Amino acid sequence: MKRYDLIIVGAGPAGLSAAAEASKRGMSVAVFDENAKPGGQLFKQIHKFFGSKKHKAKMRGYRIGEQLLSEVKGIADVELNSPVIGIYPGREVVVRQGDGIVHYCADSIIVATGASENAVPFEGWTLPGVMGAGAAQTMMNLHGVKPGENILMLGSGNVGLVVAFQLLQAGCNVKALVDAAPRIGGYGVHAAKIARCGVPFYLSHTVAKAEGTSCVTGAVIKRVDEHFRPIAGTEKHFDVDTICLAVGLSPMSQLLMMAGCDMEDNPKRGGQVPVCGEYGETSAPGIFAAGDVSGIEEASSAMIEGRMAGICAAAYLGFCTESEKWTALCPLKDDLNDLRQGMFAPKSHGKSLETTDEGILLSGTLLKKGHITSEEAERFPGVVHEAGVHPVIECTQNIPCNPCQDVCPKHCIRVGSNITALPEVDKSANCIGCGMCVASCPGQAIFLLNENCAPGFATVTLPYEFLPLPQKGRKGKALDRAGKPVCSAEVVGVKASPAFDHTAILTIKVPSEMAMDARFFKEEGA
Amino acid sequence: MFGRLLLCRLPKHYMKSLIGTAYSGSHAQFTGGQKMKRITEHPILGKIEKGRKVNFTFDGREFAGYEGEPIAAALKANGVAVHRYTAKLHKPRGIFCAIGRCTDCVMVIDGKPNIRTCITPLREGMNVQTQYGTGAKKEGAAER
Amino acid sequence: MIRANDRSADIGPFIAADDDDVIICRCEEVTKGEIRKAVHSGMYTLAEVRRYLRCGMGLCQGQTCGRLVKGIIAHELGAKPSQLEPATGRAPMRPTEMRILGSEKR
Repeated sequence: MKRYDLIIVGAGPAGLSAAAEASKRGMSVAVFDENAKPGGQLFKQIHKFFGSKKHKAKMRGYRIGEQLLSEVKGIADVELNSPVIGIYPGREVVVRQGDGIVHYCADSIIVATGASENAVPFEGWTLPGVMGAGAAQTMMNLHGVKPGENILMLGSGNVGLVVAFQLLQAGCNVKALVDAAPRIGGYGVHAAKIARCGVPFYLSHTVAKAEGTSCVTGAVIKRVDEHFRPIAGTEKHFDVDTICLAVGLSPMSQLLMMAGCDMEDNPKRGGQVPVCGEYGETSAPGIFAAGDVSGIEEASSAMIEGRMAGICAAAYLGFCTESEKWTALCPLKDDLNDLRQGMFAPKSHGKSLETTDEGILLSGTLLKKGHITSEEAERFPGVVHEAGVHPVIECTQNIPCNPCQDVCPKHCIRVGSNITALPEVDKSANCIGCGMCVASCPGQAIFLLNENCAPGFATVTLPYEFLPLPQKGRKGKALDRAGKPVCSAEVVGVKASPAFDHTAILTIKVPSEMAMDARFFKEEGA
Repeated sequence: MFGRLLLCRLPKHYMKSLIGTAYSGSHAQFTGGQKMKRITEHPILGKIEKGRKVNFTFDGREFAGYEGEPIAAALKANGVAVHRYTAKLHKPRGIFCAIGRCTDCVMVIDGKPNIRTCITPLREGMNVQTQYGTGAKKEGAAER
Repeated sequence: MIRANDRSADIGPFIAADDDDVIICRCEEVTKGEIRKAVHSGMYTLAEVRRYLRCGMGLCQGQTCGRLVKGIIAHELGAKPSQLEPATGRAPMRPTEMRILGSEKR
């Protein structure tokens, strides 16, 4: 039986991060993953991550995945197409490989199997065309195939919002985003990206029926009351061929249960999870858990948890001293804490906040319709009016994130040492209109305005991540934050740059009174 | 040939929505017979690289796909939504999780049933059949 | 004893609902009504309902329906899902053909 110092189950962000830390300390490490490709869900994430530089902010998920893979290349055995089918007493790990099963033994194990998508049943939900939001993401971002043409998205958490945007990028038509909750669950900026493209939000609604005989041909949604019961007579119909379910994730923790770890059903962590210490230690000696399997969070936290578990496994077997372990763990613990702050922090779950940390009244429209109003925008420190070109930052919720501060060559933007603070525009700094902030904001919430570039006209520079990229000189309509055409617009500048990492910036000319409304562009005849 | 296959596979109002799609932010670019479904150039991912083009049969009809892509992706690109009919209630099923876990997308591949098409790579000459219950349709069996 | 499994508690009769026909276990095609009826027939645990109806015993081994079935049983019992005993985790964690399980490689 082949023996490893450490066996890691799952080659996603947590598993690979653990492998990196453990291998660095001299452990022999094998990572087993059931999939044909490593990286877990990371390679499907084509959006820019939040956080700060140490959290890999403004990097796209798949780029982070590539970095992680190169970190473990040659120093850990990453075995693909190798589902771990059981963990037995004595830390025996049985893996299905090829046409048979292989037994391995490990002196320590880290389970980083992640989570699976939840489902919500309704009439017709078994029809082809009803699929998980993750399934849609897999089809378009990994396989280059559109999951459908006309989509209805159920769920307004970050997964629903982000995948809805990716569906638009893939060329699909997102007809509606529906959630039974009365408020949008994910980041306001993610909602704003799709609202300005015209995707309508239906909060306090649920999918009542998927229509069709051999596949989905339509969807019926219904309003729900405060107890989430559908209200008769409130049916609305959509012509769609695809219904995506983004209704939460559940940890895939069965291996930990089998391995004898104490488990608990913790709704705050997503369901059945191992009872874990701060650094991933389970109740079974030598067995650790990291990533979504120990509590649903996000890739950024999974990576840090993976590193912590890898270090702990190393210390457990004496590959590093206790003091080395704490020296390594403390900064990671700080990094993790930095992520767990702000409006969407685990500790804020379920809380209905009225104001930002700074005491500014939060936008109610944002949570209902997916966008702020131009009146609400004026409340926020990132929204300023100056002569000449200047940034206007429509970042209105406290989320740990600060790339805007770091990328401005003129230091026009300030977030400060507390990265959940709302960004402010320094009016004394001189904006040169380079567009780095516009392109780098993971929430695509920064615009450059030149409010009187010519008598009666203003320019608005906005982030654009679609094909085809409109060309300079093209005419069309400017859309407001709700996706409504509000005025004529002409493209006066288009800039793409490797530094922008696939976010092009578009400058449109609009009547000056529209400068605080125009937030997207639709070409004539498009 | 693929255009014709696409037309007879899809219900009428689906075709209408393909032609008259309202703009909502993007037009990824397409080429070839699988025009409406394949993304050839993506705003973030760039040109989508695929393996070499291969032929396979689906319920006796010849289709094309790319070597190494999941069979389910090739079927979807060809407009096929139904992978199987269930054993008890004979209901249609297709892709649900796309990640090899829900087993809804299983089909009979080269005579073997219960193959998860969302994670099984397509190969030249593969014989893909709709699964009825736990196997392929028997010769001479009546349409359920 | 877990309060939710107290079989002396009266959970009331089975009352038909509009969504009883909705499939819950996709693999074995078990409906919500069947699960609810099973609870009212005296099956208060996930294990019993699973053995009686086969929900969770199909090809996906409960990956898709597990949480839903737990929620339905809990609802019928007037309990929270977290109060019910979880389904046991056993090998093989993924559906595996017998010929593969029987083929031990060195």
